[in-house]
Amino acid sequence: MMAGHSTSMGVEDVNLYYGDFHALKDITLDMPANQITALIGPSGCGKSTLLRCLDRMNDRVQGCRVEGRITLGDEDIKDIDPYDLRRRVGMVFQHPNPFPLTIYENVVYGLRRQGRRPKSELDGVVESTLRRVGLWDEVKDKLKASGLSLSGGQQQRLCIARALAVDPEVLLMDEPTSALDPISTSLVEELASELAHDHTVVIVTHNMQQAARISNQTAFFYLGELVEVGPTAELFVRPKKKQTEDYLTGRFG
Amino acid sequence: MAKGEEKALRPKRAIERRGLAITGACVLLVAVLVLTLIFMVASRGLATFTTDGTPFASFMTGTTWNPHQNDANGIPLVGALPMIAGSFSVTLLSCLIALPFALGSAIFVVEVNPTFGTRVFQPLTELLVGIPSVVFGLVGLRIIVPWTRSWAGGTGYGILSGSIVLAFMILPTVTSLSIDAIRAVPQSYRDGSYGLGCTRWQTIAHVVLPSASSGILTAVILGMTRAFGEALAVQMVVGNAAQIPTSLTTPAATLTSVITTSMGNEAMGTVYNDVLWSLALVLLIMSLVFILIIHIIGRKGAPRG
Ligand SMILES: Nc1ncnc2c1ncn2[C@@H]1O[C@H](COP(=O)(O)OP(=O)(O)O)[C@@H](O)[C@H]1O
Ligand SMILES: [Mg+2]
Repeated sequence: MMAGHSTSMGVEDVNLYYGDFHALKDITLDMPANQITALIGPSGCGKSTLLRCLDRMNDRVQGCRVEGRITLGDEDIKDIDPYDLRRRVGMVFQHPNPFPLTIYENVVYGLRRQGRRPKSELDGVVESTLRRVGLWDEVKDKLKASGLSLSGGQQQRLCIARALAVDPEVLLMDEPTSALDPISTSLVEELASELAHDHTVVIVTHNMQQAARISNQTAFFYLGELVEVGPTAELFVRPKKKQTEDYLTGRFG
Repeated sequence: MAKGEEKALRPKRAIERRGLAITGACVLLVAVLVLTLIFMVASRGLATFTTDGTPFASFMTGTTWNPHQNDANGIPLVGALPMIAGSFSVTLLSCLIALPFALGSAIFVVEVNPTFGTRVFQPLTELLVGIPSVVFGLVGLRIIVPWTRSWAGGTGYGILSGSIVLAFMILPTVTSLSIDAIRAVPQSYRDGSYGLGCTRWQTIAHVVLPSASSGILTAVILGMTRAFGEALAVQMVVGNAAQIPTSLTTPAATLTSVITTSMGNEAMGTVYNDVLWSLALVLLIMSLVFILIIHIIGRKGAPRG
């Protein structure tokens, strides 16, 4: 795995509308390289929406309009071909969604779509990414089995491997553990921390302990607004805003 | 349980029982009807071999169809191979013609422009389903037969004309079932593919269609079932010459077209009449086979995440 080419992401004065609905309001947020940024906030506050802006998946949503500047490194993502962008900015979804293909084909799916590659190269990528996500020993003897035959936690790690195989700089994770059992959850959390060594990681989470455990920076959203952002330790111990405090203490959400 | 409660339950139980009896009777009636039908076709169809003494092999593999006459050994000339070949040819060819159009429009409707698909295209195909087959036959006579004649010479009647007419007839079935199959592919598969930087066409070719393949296969086989059993429209354009088809543009016959053209003219109990029932039996068995295949596909395709 190539290392150390992680790139920061930033959003500046981003407003997003689904038709008439103003879903993100004046969001400005830096997501530094080699760090984990956690997005927290009650359901429906716009966390997934913001994540989908970062890899332009919102382009596919009818009636969705984005204003403002979003950057990858010092490039405006508007100037990047969306297909290239999505290779550089990988996404892991809330529910594990391996393709109904073999484990092997799941991992190399993105690479194969980029053009023909020698089998030895693909084999190498399969092994290194599956090792990286800690799945190699569990699946090395059944790479031809369907990805759907794995357990939920294994499926999610397979999806992470699939995203890593195209060598992204940024990894977006949308509540990646909300459908997993506690053991799988901690595996994925450890993995996220490990991946931050050479990726920019942005993780949406419902679980505040999770944000506290793994993230460097936490951003709290409420009703489409970014209420507060700061180093995780600070934000959890001394929230500056009343709303943040209420949310952290479980008074709502 | 308290006594009063039990009393209150009693009328409910009676209603329950009556409902069970009525619905059960309906099920029984339908089952009896289906079995009677199969039994009737089978008993009449088998008479060719039992009463009339035609060997089964000479029926299935014989190539001469002239049930009024016997060959040198006194066996009726009831070779059904020309019709069997004709039926399979029009069935396969019509599916081959219809499938690309069905798939193309299904992909357009689900993946490219769902709004147009549900507002305009689907009502349009539903309209096509409702058109009686004689209309398809007439259009075939007026347009397709002359068109075939114009470049292939001859009469224009034949397997090709029959297949084109059939392709139009099965198009809505195959299309709307393909639409259902493609629509049933979980959105999360598409998200996964787009999320890896794949284009729409890569996503369709490598995730959507493979995931929908068992549903699409079912669509095709249902189309085949319909094509195999369609009689009127085919009879109008296929030429009705009971000979082994040597080209796609020479007159041929299918199982259905021979039955519909001859059944009214042959008296009950004659060899000719019996052998028409044998043809019907072949049709029936093939339909059952098609349905069986659909069930097998359904069971195989079912367990998906
Ligand atoms: N495709 C869409 N069309 C219209 N509204 C949407 C769409 N996706 C999300 N929304 C709305 O935007 C708001 C934010 O949604 P989302 O980003 O999914 O929230 P979160 O991930 O924080 O739970 C919600 O009110 C939701 O109903
Ligand atoms: Mg969400």
